[in-house]
Amino acid sequence: MAIAVAIFSRLLKAAITLLAIAILNFFLVHAAPGDPATVLAGEAGAADPQMIADLKARFGLDQPFYIQLARYVGNIMTLDLGYSFRQGQPVLDLIMERLPATLILTLTAFWISLLAGVALGVAASARVGKFTDTLITGAALLFYATPLYWAALMAVLVFSVQLGWLPGFGYETVGSGYGGLARAWDILKHLILPALTLGLFFMAVYMRMTRASMLEVAQQDFVKTAKAKGLAPSIIRRRHILRNALLPVVTLAGLQAGQLVGGAVLTETVFAWPGIGRLMFESLAARDYNTILGVFLVSAAMVIVFNIITDLVYRLIDPRIGQKA
Amino acid sequence: MSVLKITDLSIALPQGADRGFAVQQCSYEIAAGEILCVVGESGSGKSMTANALMGLLPEGVSVAGGTAYFGGKDILTVSEAEQRALRGDRIAMIFQEPMTALNPLMRIGDQIAEVFEAHKRHRPAERRQKALELIREVQLPDPEKIVRAYPFQLSGGQRQRAMIAMALALEPELLIADEPTTALDVTTQAQILKLILDLRERRGMAVMFITHDFGVVAEIADRVIVMRYGEIVERGSAVEVLENPQHDYTKRLLAAIPSGLVPASTEVAKAPALEIRNLKKTYRIGGGLFRDARVVQAINDVSLTIARGEVLGLVGESGSGKSTLGRAVVRLVTPESGEIIVSGTDMAALGEAELRAVRYKVQMVFQDPYASLNPRHRVMRALTDGPIAKGVAKEKARERARALMETVGLGADAVERYPHEFSGGQRQRIGIARALAMDPELIIADEAVSALDVSIQAQVLDLLRDLRRRFDLSILFITHDLRVAAQLCDRIAVMQKGKLVEIGPVSEVFLNPQHSYTQTLLAAVPGGGWGKAAQ
Repeated sequence: MAIAVAIFSRLLKAAITLLAIAILNFFLVHAAPGDPATVLAGEAGAADPQMIADLKARFGLDQPFYIQLARYVGNIMTLDLGYSFRQGQPVLDLIMERLPATLILTLTAFWISLLAGVALGVAASARVGKFTDTLITGAALLFYATPLYWAALMAVLVFSVQLGWLPGFGYETVGSGYGGLARAWDILKHLILPALTLGLFFMAVYMRMTRASMLEVAQQDFVKTAKAKGLAPSIIRRRHILRNALLPVVTLAGLQAGQLVGGAVLTETVFAWPGIGRLMFESLAARDYNTILGVFLVSAAMVIVFNIITDLVYRLIDPRIGQKA
Repeated sequence: MSVLKITDLSIALPQGADRGFAVQQCSYEIAAGEILCVVGESGSGKSMTANALMGLLPEGVSVAGGTAYFGGKDILTVSEAEQRALRGDRIAMIFQEPMTALNPLMRIGDQIAEVFEAHKRHRPAERRQKALELIREVQLPDPEKIVRAYPFQLSGGQRQRAMIAMALALEPELLIADEPTTALDVTTQAQILKLILDLRERRGMAVMFITHDFGVVAEIADRVIVMRYGEIVERGSAVEVLENPQHDYTKRLLAAIPSGLVPASTEVAKAPALEIRNLKKTYRIGGGLFRDARVVQAINDVSLTIARGEVLGLVGESGSGKSTLGRAVVRLVTPESGEIIVSGTDMAALGEAELRAVRYKVQMVFQDPYASLNPRHRVMRALTDGPIAKGVAKEKARERARALMETVGLGADAVERYPHEFSGGQRQRIGIARALAMDPELIIADEAVSALDVSIQAQVLDLLRDLRRRFDLSILFITHDLRVAAQLCDRIAVMQKGKLVEIGPVSEVFLNPQHSYTQTLLAAVPGGGWGKAAQ
């Protein structure tokens, strides 16, 4: 019951937030000098006033500002994100086409970094000050400090160009005609390099956070109580220390999860991954305002959705949240 | 027949500690069914022995010599696995801080059942049943609910009961209790002490009870050991040690305890330094879009006055609103309604800017001497920042700071030092000097001596008495410790759940309490009978 109310309350707030973001985006885009009509006409090389006026009328840019805003808000209420004249497709279709690729990449990277990061953090904290700890902390520092694009290029050079183990770019083999399992296997092979490159940085962050948090919790009184009960060290570590130590890690993971849609621009570009990040990049270059607004809105919606999920996960692991004595 | 026999135990501290050994050459025994109290001030090494027995010594601290025979074996030298098998099974321990000693993310029932799991007793379903029985045995209310509750849903006293339930799970022969009641209110403390006595009676287990409080000793001890700097300075039966102490240190400790003696109230019929009228403060906890907030009346229509030169003791248990009242007077908390009149100014009605101009009139001395001084500022700065902000010339403020340090007994040269160079008691003196530097109309001392050892406590109380006489100070002295209140105050105000239930001269309130809550509080003071006998 409490959870249902909490979810409903959050969804209501989320809808309001999203609307505010949409309006803000609209203002931002319109605050920039020029408009799509001028850009298109300019690119066509023939900027005669009649053509610009026609284009403006077609885009609805000849209407008063408040009507444009009202129309835009009305459209997004009905999930109509407009039409991309550049790509010749409705924006919603464009985004839905690209979204799965991005989510496969970012979610894989997310889980790899989270699971490996926590596991390494626990391992390092269990042998603090010893060789294993130094090794793990050192490696994490290296991953943390390496620029993403450099790591990506090196990965392509080594594993794809030199060794030829894995494909270096793309989402799947073009024109292979694979279906079913064969296709999944093909996508998986394409996925490994970009997902690892993207995941390494965050793995380092989770590892450091888990390690620090484990060491801190290990000093707390209830751990001493657990020892006084005669529990085995492995149980104490898993049941008492790790569960409490995960709280800050979950907070951080929630923040990262919010960037799942928009945070892979660099990786997608290097690996020619046909995702949202690249769509945004291309649209920016081409001043395809409808598409940009659409990507902004979907990213914002994702941030909000993952925030809600994080809050729910938090409720599951920490009983103190959401109910009071 | 002794359950535990410790011989020549020495525990080494890591290099660079203030002394080489936490515990040196200690020998003692505990018999079955006996309660041995190990008494000492902080740093005396009393807890280290317990930790050594449990194999829970902190990093860097190790047993340097001696034996501790328990069940025919020297438990200091057995393997870690054997030690783990003893822990929680035949030797159990409860700790000082019930608020932090339980895992916040686990249900109480699971935490108790875990003891059975650790020692592979019973099937999982039975473990829950056993946990329920234990919860019943330690008299927690509504056991079915407590089993499923999380620690944050329990009060401090209830958590300590849950800890005791855990410790009793496998019927240990020896229970080590490390200051188990220190963090609790007097009435809760009295209940927990009674529970331990009952359990000892029923189960016949030996109890090693570590405490700094002679009142508690008088309440439960069979035999007593007094420790200082890691050595045993006195031992004997409770009666011998309390009534006829041999060692100087014990005598000093006992003398330092505020006695039950009630001083004659001084006549204080002068103009009021503080007048509180119909003060109210309500806290709303939680609440949101769809939930109702829980409303707590922290101060519920309280009116009182403090005369110039008077010390008013404000006593009550945690959550009674006594600290909120103190904080409201300095306006760290803004009350909803009511008046706080300090020398003609209503502090409650002032805006931020006006308030800043008159804030010096009320100064506060805080509970924790370690947290209340900025560690990066020299004492000089701590003592002069306030006066300079108030408009005193810099040179004059510095001169005054030196004089004040002399007054509180630390010497004028100490102003150049940093807080970490002082002990807790000395820091509290600096806190008092800082308050005096502002020439306040009123000083609020919020549990100002509660964090100090008894002998240090006595010195600080002496200082306050002395200052009060010399400077005609008005003090609102907030404390949970009735003995301390009786020593220093002229009148006592008792608060319960935000309400002022009784106020009057110390002798009236102590010897002839009117309100039932005051009577309960007084009855709960540990060692009450012994305190009166000392008169």
